[in-house]
Amino acid sequence: MASTILEMQDITKTFPGVKALSNVNLRVEEGEIHAVVGENGAGKSTLMKVLSGVYPSGSYDGKIIFRGEECHFKGIHDSEHKGIVIIHQELALVPMLSITENIFLGNEHARRGIIDWDANEARTTGLLKKVGLKEDPNTLITNIGVGKQQLVEIAKALSKEVKLLILDEPTASLSEKDSQALLDLLLEFKRQGMTSILISHKLNEVNRVADKVTIIRDGRTIETLARKDISEDRIITSMVGRSLDDRYPPREPRIGDVVLQIRDWSVYHPIHADRQVIKGIDVDVRKGEVVGIAGLMGAGRTEFAMSLFGRSYGRRITGEVLLNGKPVDLSSVSKAVKHGIAYVTEDRKTYGLNLIDHIKHNITLANLGGVSRHGVIDDLRELDVANDYRKKTNIRASSVYQMTGNLSGGNQQKVVLSKWLFANPEVLILDEPTRGIDVGAKYEIYTIIARLAAEGKAIIVISSEMPELLGITDRIYVMNEGRIVGEMAANDASQEKIMRAIVRGEGKAS
Amino acid sequence: MSTESAPVPQSATADGGADTPRFAVSALVTNLRDYGLVLALIAIMVFFQFTTSGTLFKPLNLSNLVQQNSFIIVMALGMLLVIVSGYIDLSVGSVAGFIGALAANMMVTWNLGPLSNPLVVSILCLIIGGAIGAAQGYWIAYHRIPSFIVTLAGMLIFRGMCQALLGGGSSVGPLPDGFNKLSSGFIPDLIGPLTLIAPTVNAAGKTIVGSGLTLHMTTMVIGVIGVAAYIFFGLKARRTRERHGYQAEPFSLFTVKTLVISALVLFLVYQFATYKGFPVVLTVMAALIALFVFVTKRMTIGRRIYAMGGNPKAALLSGINTERLTLYVFINMGVLSALGGLIIAARLGQAVPAAGLGSELDVIAAVFIGGASAMGGVGQVIGSVVGGFIMGVMNNGMSIMGVNVDWQQVVKGLVLLGAVVFDVYNKNKG
Repeated sequence: MASTILEMQDITKTFPGVKALSNVNLRVEEGEIHAVVGENGAGKSTLMKVLSGVYPSGSYDGKIIFRGEECHFKGIHDSEHKGIVIIHQELALVPMLSITENIFLGNEHARRGIIDWDANEARTTGLLKKVGLKEDPNTLITNIGVGKQQLVEIAKALSKEVKLLILDEPTASLSEKDSQALLDLLLEFKRQGMTSILISHKLNEVNRVADKVTIIRDGRTIETLARKDISEDRIITSMVGRSLDDRYPPREPRIGDVVLQIRDWSVYHPIHADRQVIKGIDVDVRKGEVVGIAGLMGAGRTEFAMSLFGRSYGRRITGEVLLNGKPVDLSSVSKAVKHGIAYVTEDRKTYGLNLIDHIKHNITLANLGGVSRHGVIDDLRELDVANDYRKKTNIRASSVYQMTGNLSGGNQQKVVLSKWLFANPEVLILDEPTRGIDVGAKYEIYTIIARLAAEGKAIIVISSEMPELLGITDRIYVMNEGRIVGEMAANDASQEKIMRAIVRGEGKAS
Repeated sequence: MSTESAPVPQSATADGGADTPRFAVSALVTNLRDYGLVLALIAIMVFFQFTTSGTLFKPLNLSNLVQQNSFIIVMALGMLLVIVSGYIDLSVGSVAGFIGALAANMMVTWNLGPLSNPLVVSILCLIIGGAIGAAQGYWIAYHRIPSFIVTLAGMLIFRGMCQALLGGGSSVGPLPDGFNKLSSGFIPDLIGPLTLIAPTVNAAGKTIVGSGLTLHMTTMVIGVIGVAAYIFFGLKARRTRERHGYQAEPFSLFTVKTLVISALVLFLVYQFATYKGFPVVLTVMAALIALFVFVTKRMTIGRRIYAMGGNPKAALLSGINTERLTLYVFINMGVLSALGGLIIAARLGQAVPAAGLGSELDVIAAVFIGGASAMGGVGQVIGSVVGGFIMGVMNNGMSIMGVNVDWQQVVKGLVLLGAVVFDVYNKNKG
């Protein structure tokens, strides 16, 4: 019989002017995997920060009872001391230190300040075995992939004798395969009796591993579902407060002539000069058509898009691009933009936004010519444009003068989209347009994509979420290891077909 | 997820701003830093006005203040763009010294014939300054060498070349009077002086210097026109905003701000007018300040510089040629360093090996006191100018008070630290 390990009662947290959490209740039983889901900005992260002491006791109302005693955490140290460990979405590892050094950072086995590396390494080896990571403990973090880094984070948590493990969007930047492995690991921990809280957007994952799901909306607990009641539809309904009959907006494609033709496109790796990343691929996109590019992480999809967009990636780029039948020179970003090509990055924080500037300045950045004359910006015209796009893409912010760094993921994505829509492209390449954003905002992004296609734009969508590709595209290319290994009409495609194309492609490549 | 701790307050339906009282408060809060800086400058000036028993605001001293600090402010304009772009330039003091030495030699030592005309020399020197900026910017922009290292090298190179040009420890001069006017001259009174109170005549029939009150009318007229234009354009901008259906800054705030600034400017103009009028270098500096405010606030190139400093990768992927932009920023810095060097030489009337020595630190301090971020992407022209004047007033006031130079440095260091701590504290609170 399971007992309650954690109970958060009537947690209320206010920021100046905003009530982030109001009377939230969360009850986690010993040994379960408890998922917390909710739209971005619903208050999940705030709740976890309250729990871990980032917001110290006294700055919020309500009670935290952990393992039978009421806790007043003053900081992360207090909560970690009790065995509550959070692994954040953005990993907190030092890239130029080794796995061992990272795991025991600030917590080294040492005698009088002198580190006993042998003892640390021995423990690391044990921890790595537990999380199923086969790497030399001396490997530098920078030399292993994101998936493995996540495992190192978990090993680090285990080294602290964790009683309650909290994972914030752990699979957001992982490939399908790594995600599966991570979830399996969670289930394995559960078998060993560990309790975890999983914060996730990916409902299929929640569905797969969670024993209970607590749904938070607008800073309130909506409900907690037990295993037998968990279904994606039920969760979505609770999350958005309305039922989404269809997760994808309906559209009637009106497909015209070929706009963009890419012939025999080849790209080499920017550092390893002899490694060919893109191996002579052909892609066509028509007017009003939404074309998807499916594939696993590392298939070369982003590399392809960025090399196309002003040679922003790679070296020794060869191949031909025809726009409306004529060859065009896309050798710099400004040339690509001038020819009506836009690329919306998969990593909006690193490549998409100036986070320390406000919405207005971000929206006009790619087309400053559109709001200026002779290099002088027309302030009011710019304000009109920004407000116009804010309305069109439904950016939720107090005004266009809000810093983009303070927006939620979905709203940030809408700002990036607005920026490129204002550049008025003919061809729009969207790289993982809904990564890390919630169901409601996803639907809005899909609606925008559908509207753009209806306006006659040619759209390429790169996505790792196969249901999304099947839901919103007209045609799908499957990429693997730098090659196109399949092409199918969307209404004829299925997840199995795409996977089969990838697997067959892998066979061919080796 | 870690950055979004609170739900976004939603007022998606209200266009262009929220309800009025909250808007007034938020406008005040967002501008608090800028106002605070100006208030700090005023407070420091009032403080020294008392501790120097009224010397600080004496017309003669105000002219000195401007003439002593103009080169710092001129170079701070370039440094602001460098720092906003996310770089640093340690070489500006050495480049200024080198250009001063070069100009002195061209005018005095080398026999260049018509080329030794001060105007020709000045223009050539500005071009050479630009070339120096380009040479340093080239490594920074196209080879990604950290600006700290490139300009540290430049600092050593140009200080050395400055000393070499001056033949070791000696100085070159005196420089022609026409050239020295740049720093020590005053604008001519085209309208003619206006005598308000006739000067007292002594027994010998000569006027007593400093008695009576005569105004430099050209200065007064320029000052009054300037203030009138400031008020007019301020009102016009408000009206245009409102006509387009946007809420402008609350009227009370606007009125107070405009009146305070106008009164302050008119007071200073009056003080200059009772002496010899505007120093030439003040007009040069004012024109440059106006130009840089316009470039940073209204021009696309200014916007691109801020975007590059805020997120270079995103700027590049938005079609901004960040390499060329970096080069431009350093060329601009080079030209302004050269101008700074000319101003120093003209003020001293000669070129000396130590000209501009250590001034890069004053320039950088001015920009940071003015609220720029060392991470790039943040900073204002007016902030840097006010920061420069804060440094200048402190130098000047403490010198008059007789504070030892060593302790002056200590105080300046503490003010720099305090200003940045205040900034960081504000940001974390906000």
